[in-house]
Amino acid sequence: MLTIKNLQAKVEDKQILNGITLAVNAGEVHAIMGPNGSGKSTLASVLAGREDFEVTGGEIDFLGKDLLRLEPEDRAREGIFMAFQYPVEIPGVSTVNFMKTAINQVRQYRGLPLLDAVSFLNLMKEKMKLMEIDQSLLNRSLNQGFSGGEKKRNEIFQMAMMEPKLAILDETDSGLDIDALRVVANGVNTLRSKNNAMIVVTHYQRLLDYVVPDFVHVLYKGKIVKSGGKELAYELEAKGYDWIKTDVAVV
Amino acid sequence: MNETFTQTDLKSEIIQAFRQFKFPTSQVSRNEAISHFEKLAFPGNKNEEYRFTPITRSLEKNFSSADFATTRPSFLTQTDDYRIPGYECNFIVFVNGAYNKELSVIISPDDQLVIKPLLTAIVEDSGIINRYFTKLVDSSTDAFAALNTAFWQSGIFIHIPKNIHLEKPVFILHLHDATLKTVVSQTRVLAVVGDNSEVTVVEKFNTSGSHPVFNSVVEEIVVQENAALHYHKIQNDAGHFFQVTHTRIHQSSGSRVNTFTVMLDGQLVRNNLSITIDGERCESHFYGLYLLHKNTLGDNHTVVDHTKPNSFSNELYKGIMDGQSRGVFNGKIYVRPQAQKTNAFQSNRNILLSDTSTINTKPQLEIWADDVKCSHGCTTGQLDEEALFYLQSRGISKHRARALLLYAFAGEILGAIQDQAVKNYFDTLVSERLQKNI
Repeated sequence: MLTIKNLQAKVEDKQILNGITLAVNAGEVHAIMGPNGSGKSTLASVLAGREDFEVTGGEIDFLGKDLLRLEPEDRAREGIFMAFQYPVEIPGVSTVNFMKTAINQVRQYRGLPLLDAVSFLNLMKEKMKLMEIDQSLLNRSLNQGFSGGEKKRNEIFQMAMMEPKLAILDETDSGLDIDALRVVANGVNTLRSKNNAMIVVTHYQRLLDYVVPDFVHVLYKGKIVKSGGKELAYELEAKGYDWIKTDVAVV
Repeated sequence: MNETFTQTDLKSEIIQAFRQFKFPTSQVSRNEAISHFEKLAFPGNKNEEYRFTPITRSLEKNFSSADFATTRPSFLTQTDDYRIPGYECNFIVFVNGAYNKELSVIISPDDQLVIKPLLTAIVEDSGIINRYFTKLVDSSTDAFAALNTAFWQSGIFIHIPKNIHLEKPVFILHLHDATLKTVVSQTRVLAVVGDNSEVTVVEKFNTSGSHPVFNSVVEEIVVQENAALHYHKIQNDAGHFFQVTHTRIHQSSGSRVNTFTVMLDGQLVRNNLSITIDGERCESHFYGLYLLHKNTLGDNHTVVDHTKPNSFSNELYKGIMDGQSRGVFNGKIYVRPQAQKTNAFQSNRNILLSDTSTINTKPQLEIWADDVKCSHGCTTGQLDEEALFYLQSRGISKHRARALLLYAFAGEILGAIQDQAVKNYFDTLVSERLQKNI
């Protein structure tokens, strides 16, 4: 589904990604771990299409399309969803309004009939129940006054609404307590299928207890330095990131 | 030929035309006004109050003294194109600055709403007229107020007697017929809202024809004890429309005033909104929304004057400038020494959408009392990039995302309007302008 070849990127003259190569197939969950500054969030941002990041080399193929040529809205329309680490608050735009506009723009792009008010409302209710979101929150301005946990749950709620082919979860577990984590992880797992894929960017192993990855990759200084199965996450938990740094230095 | 010379020409020609005119009434106040005008002259570019608003240049370029001295006749017979669809209201029509009784339709009973030509009121209601007419607006400080007080010909008097909650709103349509020639009009209104009464007023401006129009409006509005005024103004007249308005409101104790000024179009539009909160326990909200495009210059000057203690005022003006438009905001707040426990707030927020649009904003607070709560803030910026990206990341096109964010920005003003029909109407216009549904 997603093929990244030797991706290099910088932000404000600082080179962050130094050649990332990664292949993600349908049905797979890949965890990207690494110490602070390793380039995890940069990778997520480049995939989502943030303008601040300049791609200086490499290519990204998504379902046969050159991802780097697509605008952020087209990447979303092609089926990529990013759950942000710090979801922004947008006063004056309600979650309901926002979701309806988004879903219908995506459907229009894909040549699907637009959802009428009733169908849309039913879809919303179903996904709200999944993410244990109170209906009152959705008529309020997007993310405004939401707690950290509520914002993250709202991200996964949106993911459930958009039904993406590839979801990128950028440190979705950061700032969550156990209960919020449970709800978020449950939502993510419910959405998992053999037809879609996920890239879970995380600093800690905790989320991976709930959202069990098929592959774990360790990012260090903008490169994937180690890949393995889910056991790798436990190893990191036990040994810390210094082990990787030493490991890499030796090579 | 230098600028001063041409300016004096127009000014002295206008004064000459005044001296030759035979006015039916109010000669004393007119004479006083014209001598003020003579002293003041049209504002030059050193005039602080018109520093960013070159109205004088526009007047010299487009109008002659003959325009100032004449009321252009009009053959407009229908007003349907200009009404708010489906709005059940008392419909007052001005054409080229003159009250047009034939086109107007009053539906409220006359013991609840009195509408009469000023010329008639001067005779029939001399008590109330002498108390307020030309007493609120100050001709000695502004040339346009002076000119209006000198030249007005056919204004109206609106009176809501005390203890009346007027069910049907008062909708004033100012029409200009500029199909044959340029038009200069001096519109004059005196409105009195009696003790404990409540009224909704809506004003709209439209022009038929493409010749330049200069409309000068002076409205003196008295809001008596415990009365309420909900005032809405929509300035959406495209084309060659130049306008200076003076809306002068006087509030007595316990009264409530809400004003909404929505500016969407025009060549050069300057509003002077001035309120004297001359009573205790008053609550007032002044909202403004200016969405400017092309070459429009939109200028909102406001004055809020707290002369008595324990009152509250809140001012929120928001602007979006696109194209080569220019926005101007100046908000003065005065809190007099005896106006203790005043709460006065002001906020002006602006978004510039293009490199060629500008905003000049200046808050001016002068506070002489020492036990007050006052604040002001103004911001100017572009759209929140982070918010834009977030919307795009969900599949919303950049164009649509911008529209959503701009509509949300403007929505804060629209959301405060209580009259549903007016709110919906304004909402439709704003959505259209911001291309919300494209």
